[in-house]
Amino acid sequence: MIGVLLFASSLANADCTLIAGGDLVTPEGRVAGATLLLEGQTIHGINPDASKTGACVELDLPEGSVVTPAFIEAHTSLGLVEVGLEKRTVDFSSNEADKVRAALRVADAYNPHSSLIPIARLGGLSTAILVPSGGLISGQGAAVDLSGTSQSAATVRGSVGVYAHMGGRDGSRAQTLLRLRELIDDTQTYRQQKRDWQRDALRPLAAERLDLEAMLPVVDGEVPLVLSAERAADIEATLRLATETGIRLVIVGGSEAWLLADELAQAQVPVILDPLVYGPGSFEQVHARADNAALLHKAGVPVVLSTFSSHNARNLRQNAANAVRGGLPWETAIAAITATPAEVFGLSNQGRLEEGNVANVAIFSGDPLEPSSKLLHLWIRGEAIALTSRQDALLEKYRELPSAP
Amino acid sequence: MLAPTLFLFVSCATTPSPTSAPPAETWSLGSHEAAGKEPIERSPSRAQESVIIHNATVLTAAGQRIESGHVVLSEGRIQAVAEGAPPSIDGATLLDAEGGFVTPGLIDTHSHLGVYPSPSSRAHSDGNEATSPTTPGVWAEHSFWPQDPGIQRAVAGGVTSMQVLPGSANLVGGRGVILQLLPTRGSRAMRFPGAPETVKMACGENPKRVYGSRNSTPSTRMGNLRGQRSAFASAQRLLEDWERYEHDAARHRGDKPGPQAPKRSLDEETLIGVLRGEILPQVHCYRADDMLSFLQLADEFGFSIRSFHHALEAYKIRDILAEKEVSVSTWADWWGFKLEAYDGIPHNAALVAESGARAIIHSDSSVGIQRLNQEAAKAYYSGVHAGLNVDENEALRWITANPAWALGIDSEVGTLETGKRGDVVVWNGHPFSHYSSAHVVFIDGVRVHDSATNPSPWSDFLTGQEVAQ
Repeated sequence: MIGVLLFASSLANADCTLIAGGDLVTPEGRVAGATLLLEGQTIHGINPDASKTGACVELDLPEGSVVTPAFIEAHTSLGLVEVGLEKRTVDFSSNEADKVRAALRVADAYNPHSSLIPIARLGGLSTAILVPSGGLISGQGAAVDLSGTSQSAATVRGSVGVYAHMGGRDGSRAQTLLRLRELIDDTQTYRQQKRDWQRDALRPLAAERLDLEAMLPVVDGEVPLVLSAERAADIEATLRLATETGIRLVIVGGSEAWLLADELAQAQVPVILDPLVYGPGSFEQVHARADNAALLHKAGVPVVLSTFSSHNARNLRQNAANAVRGGLPWETAIAAITATPAEVFGLSNQGRLEEGNVANVAIFSGDPLEPSSKLLHLWIRGEAIALTSRQDALLEKYRELPSAP
Repeated sequence: MLAPTLFLFVSCATTPSPTSAPPAETWSLGSHEAAGKEPIERSPSRAQESVIIHNATVLTAAGQRIESGHVVLSEGRIQAVAEGAPPSIDGATLLDAEGGFVTPGLIDTHSHLGVYPSPSSRAHSDGNEATSPTTPGVWAEHSFWPQDPGIQRAVAGGVTSMQVLPGSANLVGGRGVILQLLPTRGSRAMRFPGAPETVKMACGENPKRVYGSRNSTPSTRMGNLRGQRSAFASAQRLLEDWERYEHDAARHRGDKPGPQAPKRSLDEETLIGVLRGEILPQVHCYRADDMLSFLQLADEFGFSIRSFHHALEAYKIRDILAEKEVSVSTWADWWGFKLEAYDGIPHNAALVAESGARAIIHSDSSVGIQRLNQEAAKAYYSGVHAGLNVDENEALRWITANPAWALGIDSEVGTLETGKRGDVVVWNGHPFSHYSSAHVVFIDGVRVHDSATNPSPWSDFLTGQEVAQ
């Protein structure tokens, strides 16, 4: 135990680490027997020249180890909740039913000291997309590194998209569509007639000033509207809205998305899904299938996998394994928790083991998607992370029980 | 493990018990449930295969790993579990496992399938009789909707038996029911033949939150305990009345008016069953100190707890649970969704097992029950990676033999041993790999799942709803 700790701390102090002896999961596929050079916060290449690596700490991996980009949980409230049923610890919802709250930024509530974060890291996660919930438009999601002791140090992108919800409300879905269309239309009006609006010479608009401002990047296609929808008909209706208005769309949930695989592929609308949810958990999921991810991928839809969980975001690799069980190619499943979410949410130079990428790297003792494989090392932005959590501390504390007198 | 009295206590789904006739004069708790209560719906006769599963690694959950083994099923029972080439048996078909694995059917001690069925709906939310904190007289069997699509999904994940429980809104939520996962028209016909009765009780946050928010009792943990102790004290009084009555009735001569039997109380009958050791208590309890309080209550009234459910802090009192022979039904890694779940750790099952207590991985989820093998695998490898002393056989028992014990059906299922029911899963890989799926599933030797065929839905809800891409 002490040896391992010393070893980890020597890595933590290293400016430069040369990783040898494992299989690398690269964009070109799995490469056996290659070396990977990490320098500072960056990946400095695969199989680098010996001249570059002289001063590096060399890490020889046990046989069978697999080096992969660290994982990205694409839909989570990590750091926004400590205990689900204790409302004062819950910060992912504006709690305003049916409201438009595009200006809300969840990054403002992110707690980098949350006990959930080290636990999530033990699943090989380096990065999370934090999402707001509640209302019609919940607010802006953010991308954070699962390291750093301040909000500013952790935040990678303060706004990666505006989040909205279909279905599950009391009124008709048509009403939801109407309100979204009205909001987008009014945002365009606001842009064009801002001066009139400021002089109070414009009719009332569908949202308040900061919310309209926050909708501008959506209308301009700079960030996506990330919309939760399970039912095929709901996805179809929102696809139509996106086509009409020119906004970028990301579908979350998408239990019945396979029914619209070709349309989603043509529009290149990514789907963030959980392959474990094979219902029908609700009337919106009657046609859910275990091979949803595989069918979407086959049609050319960018697939992102998520646990949709905060406390159990560490199980992302289990979710990916189940997508493979449902027919998704292994490499695509890895990409669905690394490169694909990085692309969808504009995390440049992330999600790939290639030169110039951010050094977010996880090493497992075997196939990262199998529970038998243990996480051996994790770097987030080049920082070697201590692989321990509050749960490990509890284990240590109760390893021996008080003995009876 | 099954005491004869337990058989008296239930109506058997398929085999009428020869002892089911009530005693002529006296009423006993046991006969009360079974007397004249043959199921209205008989289990339909199903084709029990005579089959030899071969070319498999057999994990018996009884200590053996047979690398090149075979399992013989006929007449609904396991006839042989052995190493080597398959024997030649007249009339038996061969099932080539193609190098896969064979395990006992999986058993879930904690399901709400049927009582909170899919798809989630107000009309079918029948799991909590949350109109009074103490409702021992309600039965999950009477809420269970056998058309729940989740039943067939669970079978496809290798689950062959489960306990369906009322929810945890109440201090005493009512009777659980132990079912075989077979398609029937009513719940009674799904009852696991000869399984004992169970009762759901709950401690901690849920009852006090549900009733406290209505400004009624219980609103605190001490209120919880008072409610439960009051219920048992009252049942104890009625039990004494019955014992006096039975004593008097046995000595009664025909020439005088007989003693008057006490009035029936459905609520108290369930608790009397607990006091007499005939109904197995299944207690929802997260925190170690809550479990200790409940153990103290059980001690006060002289009964044993069969299983603590959601027992996330069992690891803190695993020595006591081992000594008292209380099994621990837990998840692999759920934690933190409420404060009493804050100290949950993924090593819980492994630590409990290491101490000699019975660990169980339960689902409490229509999603989790589809992959109970994956949940056990995560709990197992959490233990292995932390250097705890657990092995593959032990971890397989967390979803087979140990839940069978917690439900009192371990003489019938839970391991691959000659004479047990033919509840068997053929996997296409190791059950602890996240890539593996159940290839073929048998219950009582009946093939209920086969990945090579595209089955029609058992559920009437899904029937006729198929859509094409």
